[in-house]
Amino acid sequence: MSEIILGKVYVVKDDIDTDQIIPAEHLSLVPTIASEYRELGSHALCGLPVSEYPQRFVEATQHDSEYVIIIAGRNFGCGSSREHAPIALGAAGARAIVAESYARIFFRNCVATGAVYPMEGEYRLCDHFETGDVVQLNIASGELRAVGSSAAYPLRPLGDVQEIVDSGGLFNYARSRGLISKERLCHDRAI
Amino acid sequence: MGMTLTEKILARKSRKKCVIPGDTVLADVDVLMTHDVCGPGTIGIMKKEFGDDARVWRSDGVVVIPDHYIFTADAKSNRNVDSLRSFAREQDLRYFYDVGNGNGDQWRYNTAAGPLKAQFGCSYAGVCHVVLAEKGHTRPGEILIGTDSHTCTAGAFGQFATGVGNTDAAFVMGTGKILLRVPRTLLFHLEGALPPGVMAKDLILHIIGEIGFDGATYQAMEFCGPGLSCLSMEERMTIANMGVEAGGKNAIFAVDDVTCEYVDRQMREHGVDVNYDVLESDSDAGYAHKFHISLDTIEPTVALHPNPGNRSLARECGDIAIDRAYIGSCTGGKLEDFLAFAHTLGDRQASVETFGVPATVDVVRKLKETPLGNTTVWDRLCDAGVIMTENAGCAACLGGPTDTFGRVNRELTCISTTNRNFPGRMGHADARIHLASPRTVAASAIAGHIADPRDYM
Repeated sequence: MSEIILGKVYVVKDDIDTDQIIPAEHLSLVPTIASEYRELGSHALCGLPVSEYPQRFVEATQHDSEYVIIIAGRNFGCGSSREHAPIALGAAGARAIVAESYARIFFRNCVATGAVYPMEGEYRLCDHFETGDVVQLNIASGELRAVGSSAAYPLRPLGDVQEIVDSGGLFNYARSRGLISKERLCHDRAI
Repeated sequence: MGMTLTEKILARKSRKKCVIPGDTVLADVDVLMTHDVCGPGTIGIMKKEFGDDARVWRSDGVVVIPDHYIFTADAKSNRNVDSLRSFAREQDLRYFYDVGNGNGDQWRYNTAAGPLKAQFGCSYAGVCHVVLAEKGHTRPGEILIGTDSHTCTAGAFGQFATGVGNTDAAFVMGTGKILLRVPRTLLFHLEGALPPGVMAKDLILHIIGEIGFDGATYQAMEFCGPGLSCLSMEERMTIANMGVEAGGKNAIFAVDDVTCEYVDRQMREHGVDVNYDVLESDSDAGYAHKFHISLDTIEPTVALHPNPGNRSLARECGDIAIDRAYIGSCTGGKLEDFLAFAHTLGDRQASVETFGVPATVDVVRKLKETPLGNTTVWDRLCDAGVIMTENAGCAACLGGPTDTFGRVNRELTCISTTNRNFPGRMGHADARIHLASPRTVAASAIAGHIADPRDYM
């Protein structure tokens, strides 16, 4: 995991739930169908109220976002278990989220899919950055830095799930650990 | 040190003598449930990862329950139900509650026939979490994984039940196993009994308000104590259902005679023949925190827009006018929810537009059979002005396609027996949703503003 991500941030506050990340009316889109995966991206974060977020994550008529990192407050991704949520963010071009904290299932879905890096800041960063700021996120060293500034913000270690994130998702991890072969699980192997 | 109920189940299912919070285990899954919104994506990942000819790990282990976007003309939603049907046939699944007659024929919603009269066939059942219980798929001591966050509902039956995304579910589908981190447990020791007019929904809204709607994140919520004896299985399901609204990984109830009677009856009625184990927490189990709750002190409680933790008391919200009332969903559309709603209504009329969506086909049937005065509960509700549909399902609880029955398509204020009230949850991004018990929703429907049901008894 030597990745360095450079680009603009999109900043949201606390308790952004999955209905705001991908409203339920778009859940008929199936992420494993390529054209529908693309369309999911075009709707990413479209449930954010326009009054609070006049700058949209994905502009109308566009499929891709100009923002590669989302900076969020606490409890990001609360609500439903829809995997469409991290998938939509990834499909729009987001590479990572740096939140104060996550709701459990959303975090798990980020890890399992490998769609986006679910990082946590040591501090509440959504008050330090504004949408459009350009940053450099060093996943390996666990550090977020504003381009043109000397200030560096440390990230928390991923802990137990580091290996799965490094593998790029659950299935890659399971294969690398010999938990599954191409077809079936190796039942007699311990984790 | 001893183990909590959650720890015991995870230890047993991963063939370990003992687990402690923070351990990661590869556990055997007893039942995997999926539905029309997440099933097709899960199947897609399973085929991609295990091959086009892959088989599910056990043909009676995967339970498929279409329930979300059923009664709609939306083409992709219809296609998704079709793809579940193909998969069920291909995999020879024993438990597929198809919308039609279960004979493999395609089924389509007839827009011209309208949303109220039953359009489903004989194999359709309704909302997955309630159907799982009704049909005997929820059993003590087991692990249930579902592609829906409210899978935690089944914790009411003393099992470990939690929601996951498509990728984790696809892994379960192919292997029968899941990687789980053992959570710490919060204990809720219930004493006394809920007063008249107060329901389980009030209790769980009270608890979420108390600990915050991320207050149980990564943790198990265990409910025990003498207060359980006043809670029916449906009321326990309401509480477990909303565990995820506090961020909980799972909610779980101690098992008693009420649990076993319910489970044994449903298994017998539906020909499910499985032995289950009743486990209990050790007396010296370690808990992250213990809460002692006197049920007698709970009052009718609401969660005001825009989140389930925004707690208030119904009696303090009389100045909040409502445009619509809604009763339905896995949380608040069960038989007892409708009976409580009807009893609070009495012979009064709803003064605002009110929609009723029973969770399951079985609830519809029982409402039509249950007498109330010189009529039935169903007819009384219709006479009171409630727009009742026979097409049981998730309906407007989560918005859905724009032609969904009861969907909040305008910027209005709705009081609802459902589980979430984040912006846009029931449809329109600027609508305001307040959550309450069936009794409080009934009182509010009569009054036209949020009202305390104890004033209508």
